[in-house]
Amino acid sequence: MRNFAYYPGCSGLGTSMEYDKSTRAVCKALGINLMDIDDWSCCGSTPAHTVDHLLSSALSGRNLALAEEMEAEAMITPCPSCLSNLKGTVHRLSDRGFRHKVNNLLEMPVQRTMPVKSVLQILDEEVGSRELADRLPEKPLHGLKVATYYGCIMNRPPEVMQFDDHEHPMAMDRLMQALGAQVLPFPLKVECCGASFGIPRKDVVANLSGRLLDTAQALGAHAMVTACPLCQMNLDLRQGQAASVMGKEFNIPVFYYTQLIGVALGLPQKELGLSKLCVRPSIAFDAMRSNREQEPASKSAGKKKPKTKENS
Amino acid sequence: MKIGVFVCHCGSNIAGTVDTARVAKAAMEFPEVTFASDTMYACSEPGQDAIVEAIREKGLDGVVVASCTPRMHEPTFRRTVERAGLNRYMFEMANIREHVSWIGKDMEANTNKAIDLTRIAAEKLRRNQPLHPKQFEINKRVLVVGGGVAGIQAALDCADGDREVVLVEKSSTIGGKMAKLDKTFPTVDCSSCILGPKMVDVAQHPKITLYAMSEVEEIGGYVGNFEVKIRKKPAYVNWDLCTGCGLCMEKCPAKKSTDYFNERLGKTTAINIPFPQAIPKKAVIDPDFCRKFTKGKCDVCAKLCPTKAVDFEQQEEFVTEQVGAIVAATGYDVFDISKYGEYGGGRLPDVITSLQYERLLSASGPTGGHVKRPSDGREPKTVVFVQCVGSRDKSVGRPYCSGFCCMYTAKQAILTKDHIPDSDSYVFYMDIRAPGKMYDEFTRRAMEEYGTQYVRGRVSMIYPKGDKYVVRGADTLLGTQVEMEADLVVLAAGAEAAVGAPQLAEKLRISYDTYGFYMESHPKLRPVETNTAGVYLAGACQGPKDIPASVAQGSAAASKVLAMFAKDKLENDPVISMVDINRCIGCGKCIQVCPFGAVKEVDFRGQPKAEVIETVCQGCGICTATCPQGAIQLSHFTDNQILAEVNALCQP
Repeated sequence: MRNFAYYPGCSGLGTSMEYDKSTRAVCKALGINLMDIDDWSCCGSTPAHTVDHLLSSALSGRNLALAEEMEAEAMITPCPSCLSNLKGTVHRLSDRGFRHKVNNLLEMPVQRTMPVKSVLQILDEEVGSRELADRLPEKPLHGLKVATYYGCIMNRPPEVMQFDDHEHPMAMDRLMQALGAQVLPFPLKVECCGASFGIPRKDVVANLSGRLLDTAQALGAHAMVTACPLCQMNLDLRQGQAASVMGKEFNIPVFYYTQLIGVALGLPQKELGLSKLCVRPSIAFDAMRSNREQEPASKSAGKKKPKTKENS
Repeated sequence: MKIGVFVCHCGSNIAGTVDTARVAKAAMEFPEVTFASDTMYACSEPGQDAIVEAIREKGLDGVVVASCTPRMHEPTFRRTVERAGLNRYMFEMANIREHVSWIGKDMEANTNKAIDLTRIAAEKLRRNQPLHPKQFEINKRVLVVGGGVAGIQAALDCADGDREVVLVEKSSTIGGKMAKLDKTFPTVDCSSCILGPKMVDVAQHPKITLYAMSEVEEIGGYVGNFEVKIRKKPAYVNWDLCTGCGLCMEKCPAKKSTDYFNERLGKTTAINIPFPQAIPKKAVIDPDFCRKFTKGKCDVCAKLCPTKAVDFEQQEEFVTEQVGAIVAATGYDVFDISKYGEYGGGRLPDVITSLQYERLLSASGPTGGHVKRPSDGREPKTVVFVQCVGSRDKSVGRPYCSGFCCMYTAKQAILTKDHIPDSDSYVFYMDIRAPGKMYDEFTRRAMEEYGTQYVRGRVSMIYPKGDKYVVRGADTLLGTQVEMEADLVVLAAGAEAAVGAPQLAEKLRISYDTYGFYMESHPKLRPVETNTAGVYLAGACQGPKDIPASVAQGSAAASKVLAMFAKDKLENDPVISMVDINRCIGCGKCIQVCPFGAVKEVDFRGQPKAEVIETVCQGCGICTATCPQGAIQLSHFTDNQILAEVNALCQP
């Protein structure tokens, strides 16, 4: 059992409850021990770091200091926004003067001893797609066509995030392939969904997310897979808004990648929070099943699933 | 010893912040100084004449000039003292301009520092010895490395100057990048038609020995007497027998070999002659694809060849050539576009480099000169050109401008319209850099006569949509984002140093910059010389260059070589290391540290001793600092001279 200090982030307790739930369930099933950080606080999200780096770093610094007290290999979080604040803080703290200023604001100083990673990185590096595929020889998601969408900050800026390719990330692709899903060559993997513009400028999000949905639909995706609470919300909750702006009709379920891993592992639906999704997940699973039925030799098809050049 | 000191005003450059008269007065108090004066411009004709006159009238044995940096005028004043009958090394310079007047405003402090520096120079001069250069014979053959247009020009000019030339080219044919181009800007004349005859001249010139499929393995010796070891790579075809008939290519069954000449567009046969005008026109077997090598059987070409030239057993060979001068003309390579993940270069089949597009335009290319998309062979109707891919971009480590991309992009846009009259071309650019005769007019023609749409801005990403490609970028003139659907995207890949350039530089003992481009001796005044005597540069190995500039440098390098060869003997610089054989313990440390290979071990009455090869030593002094015994001294910069300088400065 490997121990990690777990930071769910505020949205994990609210809008993305199902991401937090499914992350915990999947990690448990895969032998990754998540230890909650006692008395953690909000990272300040976008408002803090756009206004004041010192404030933002102090907010993240507090949580880092708490995690450093724990016996854990790394501090991990499912949320890319929390991740980017934590990693950005670690990066900025390399400046001695800045570290001094931050520590002046904190009760307990940050040492910068604890590595910070995303849950995705842990699943990719510590478990890995090969082990996952070995656990699932029956390829439970065979027939499901997915567009993986990483969002703009999961891997960027590359010198801070230091994980995966910042223009063409592959970690989720590998995991989805391990489950048997067919990963489509979705070209807008790291494009912006509009993020928090959903509140002040709904039209911006409708346009940007609309383009993502439109592209996924044109590729024949049964579902989109995300790793970010805000991306998921924009694509899922605002799918109707995007459709009306684009003048199209969308019916694309938008999953967290942890939910699909959970489904593949056969975890109970309750633990994965599938009922929290706005666009009915059954649309994707129905499409997956009918896709399977159309294939002639169903047994060997799993191995022969068409690999596109893009993802090979 | 009688020393004269001349303190220069340099107009107001020095006199503005240094009391030169006081410096001259103070100098009169230095030991052995018998004459001192201040002068308006020491380097001017009257200034030099005054020095000559003072030497003759006052019977001076040495001269100190306190003025500018020795890099500027040391040679000038050495000639001056020589004119007055002194040895040129009985001269010292104190730099009171760059080191004093230009960097401080305090007249008092400046004057005191100028006096100190002048004292240092005078103390060193008291210990100077007359030095005399030695003469040595030279070999009047020249080695040209690289058979692109710059190397071809250098080789032909040297050969026309009646000197023997050894031309080494690493691929199987000369011609370089220019041979791959369809047309040239701004005249739009056929590249291979103007280069072809020059290549034939190389093949036919009695003074030129061409080694294709060869690389420089080792270089020894020094200016005038280099020894070069050349590695001839196996072609698996005996070129003495091969007539270049091409029969082997027709029947070769390995038809899926990588076509390097066509920039990997399309496939070729394992045995091939890269293009019809190849020089030498000889077949080469690619062992990565030839079935004889990959599967162990297949003798089709060997059976077919009318002259029985195929030789699967061929091994690499080494030849040694003696030359007196070397011209490096190793050219450049094209930036790897896959470094831009957002452009999909290398992943998306119809996102190609500009050099690949040249091959699509060329009648001898893989499509016979019909522009077709690599993915499906369709004729593109909308072509988008993206400039500065691997140029002017710090994020990929290429902050420099490659210089020629603006021009070839304009040319390719014009040619696209010629090939496909109902096509539209768009060019994303940062700035249009077209300084050259008829260059700007040419880019305007692309816009005004050929209707090429120029969009000022960077492209942020390229992605497939159906069978087209969405090119998204900024239009900074309109201040908006733009998106267009293209059938074909051509990335204007920048130039970078040729693969292996640093390694060759080490063999040549010349320096190169952080990007691997070779360093010229002076960026303005010695553009084709290096800091290693007898080694010259031509073309894009020194930095990205277009054809006219490369040709000009080829000729310039040749003229430098011919000027050197006009002399029968060369003189060495006597500022070199000397070994005190009594002190030398033969430890060999100096041999290890010498960057020029100028120290060798000799046997002296049964004991190993170091010996400096006078013609090779460049006088850098590393051996002097390394020698644990103090047995090696650098003439003109001996320990005694340097300590005298230190003592002059640190007076009790």
